[in-house]
Order: sequence, then C-alpha cells, then structure tokens
Amino acid sequence: MTLQQRIFAISFSIALFIIIIDLVRRKKLREDLSWLWLLTGAVIILLAAWYDMLLFLTRLIGAVLPTSTLFLFGVLFLMIISLYYSTKISSLHDQVKNIAQQVAILQTELQRRDRSS
Amino acid sequence: MHAEGIMNLHKKEEFDTVIILPAFNEEKNLPPLIENIRNKIPCADIVVVDDGSADRTARAAEKAGAMAIRLPFNLGYGAALQTGFKYSLMKRYRYVVQMDADGQHDPDSINLLLEEIKKEDADVVIGSRFLSPDSNYKAPFPRRVGITLFRRIVSFIIHQKITDPTSGFQALNRDAVRFYASPYYPVDYPDADTIIMLHRAGLRIKEVPVLMHPSPGRKSMHSGLKPVYYIFKMFLSMFVTLLRKDKFEKRIIKKEDIPYDAPTKDIRH
Repeated sequence: MTLQQRIFAISFSIALFIIIIDLVRRKKLREDLSWLWLLTGAVIILLAAWYDMLLFLTRLIGAVLPTSTLFLFGVLFLMIISLYYSTKISSLHDQVKNIAQQVAILQTELQRRDRSS
Repeated sequence: MHAEGIMNLHKKEEFDTVIILPAFNEEKNLPPLIENIRNKIPCADIVVVDDGSADRTARAAEKAGAMAIRLPFNLGYGAALQTGFKYSLMKRYRYVVQMDADGQHDPDSINLLLEEIKKEDADVVIGSRFLSPDSNYKAPFPRRVGITLFRRIVSFIIHQKITDPTSGFQALNRDAVRFYASPYYPVDYPDADTIIMLHRAGLRIKEVPVLMHPSPGRKSMHSGLKPVYYIFKMFLSMFVTLLRKDKFEKRIIKKEDIPYDAPTKDIRH
C-alpha cells in the first residue's frame, strides 16, 4: 500500500468522522443512526493506519492486494448500512400506515360526532 | 332512501354487522353497489374505505348512505381493508363482511356468508367462486393456474380443503377481525398466505359458495410484472409464516398487543 493511498484513506475517514459528528451536533443526524457510520470511519482509519492489521486481514480472507481488503470492507459496510436502512424503512412504512389509518378513523369519527351534535 | 342512510349513520349502535368496501377511484361503481347492498341487507352498516382516491369516491359513498373513511394517501388494498377492520373493532361490530367495490362480488351472496358466520362454528367464512355448481366464473388462464397452485398449497398446509384461497369476499367474527387488525396482517396483498396465518392463529375457516363476476377492469392488481412479484411474495410470506408458528400463537392470544380491544363474545347481548 503506497503512502499516497494511506494518506488518502486516513484523511478521507477523518473527514467522514468530522462530518458525522457535526451532523449529530446540528441535529441533522440522529445518534442512533450515526454509530454505524462512525464505526465505518473508525475501521477505515484503523486499517489504513495499522498496516500489519491490514496485511493480516488480507491473508485471512485470502485477498491478494491489501487495497482490495479495504475495498471489500468498504463494500461490506455499505451493504450492512443499506440493509439496516431497509429495515428502518420497513418499520417507518408500517408506522406511517398505522398513523394514516388512525387519522382516517379519527377524522371520520370526529365528523360523525360533529354532524350528530 | 337518502334520509334513511343519514339516520343509520347516527344510530350506528343498532347494527352488529358491517360491510367493508375498500375503494380506489370507484366514484362511478359505488353508488349503485351501495344501493344494492342496502336493499339486500338492510340491517348492516356499510363502510367504504377510500384509499386516497383521486376522484370523489368518499363523497359518492356518503351520498349513497354509507360511512366513508378517507385515507390521507393511497396505502394499497390490504391497508385500506385493515383500516376498515380497525374501525369495526373500535365500533365493536360482531360480524364483518369484506368485499370488493368493483362489482366483482355479488351482493346477493352476502347473506350466505352472514348466515354461516352467525352459526358461530367458524371465525372466517370465505366466499368461494368455485364451490357453487352453477359457477360461471371464468378467470384468465394464468390467474386460474395461480389459484389452483395456491389452492393445493394452502389445502395441504392447513389440512382442510380450500377451493378459493385468493377470495377477498369473506365474513369474519370479532376474533378474526382482531387478528386482521393486528400487525401480522399482510397489508400489501392479503391473500392465500392470510389463510395459513389464520389457521396458525387457531381460527376456524369455512367456505361457502358465492357468486362472483369477472371484474371489468382489474388492472391495478394483476398486470405487468405484478403477477411475478405476487407469486414470489406469496411463497415468501407462506414460508415465513410457517417459520414463526410459536411466537404467532402467543401473540394472538395476548390481547393487549392489539389496539381497540374489547371482549370478543357477547358485547351487545
């Protein structure tokens, strides 16, 4: 892994880290969603800074180049994050459905009472 | 007729039966259908769930003397239907009939379903288009294949012969309605998988022959890639339903899980 690659990986993940924390600070990102991103950033920093760890992991998963290990973990994290978002969307979808149903029922009930009084 | 309709809205407590019609852009079809139902079954409330229609479905339903629940946006057939179930739980109806608003289900058959559910030996009475000897129902070929396939699977899994697992023409008692109002109800395409869920939840199912007409324009549900998704969804849904048996039965017994709960039997009498 060249020095350039390392510098790029480290600075990129540090920037990611700062952006995430700032987003949380400005209440644009909820804390419960930020942890996955922070973890992603932390792992990239760790792997880029600690070269032996990266080499060990590369051998462990049978990859040829250390950079592909980095990419692999990047892709894996993205997959996990999107799967996590899918579950979130499912539950949000359910909640929206329930709220819409409740609102519709309550509105009907309200109108009915208005009319009969 | 009109004044009577308004009266019924106010003296809701008189009836213990409700007919739920989920409707999406049925402004034209609804008034005659509601009129027809009203004539055939005078002792029932009619609730139309307007699934965020672009036309004046809700208004048309109210004018025809039905109750209209208007969803703020389009939620889909199953969720609209479930809205009706939640409403009937809140209103403590004893019996609920679900039918389609597009004229596919014949109002003449509602009484058959109601008679059967009132015998109290089944929680769900499914109207089957294939049971009656003079059935003239002709579905398109792919749909018939699908129905036959799911009929086999469902009958095999629940050890009971079900001839029309995809029928959306059903009568339910409170136990079944409570289940349908629960989070387990598959709101995108409630269909063959629902029957397996009902069976797993310990509810008793029965079939009665009903009359169905080929629906004039059913483009929304079975066109394009929808059948492929439909079959996939059905298999997945049935599979996971079989996987979660235990949790499921406990959930349905635990009544506080479901909102609008009230004692099931003998609410009114």
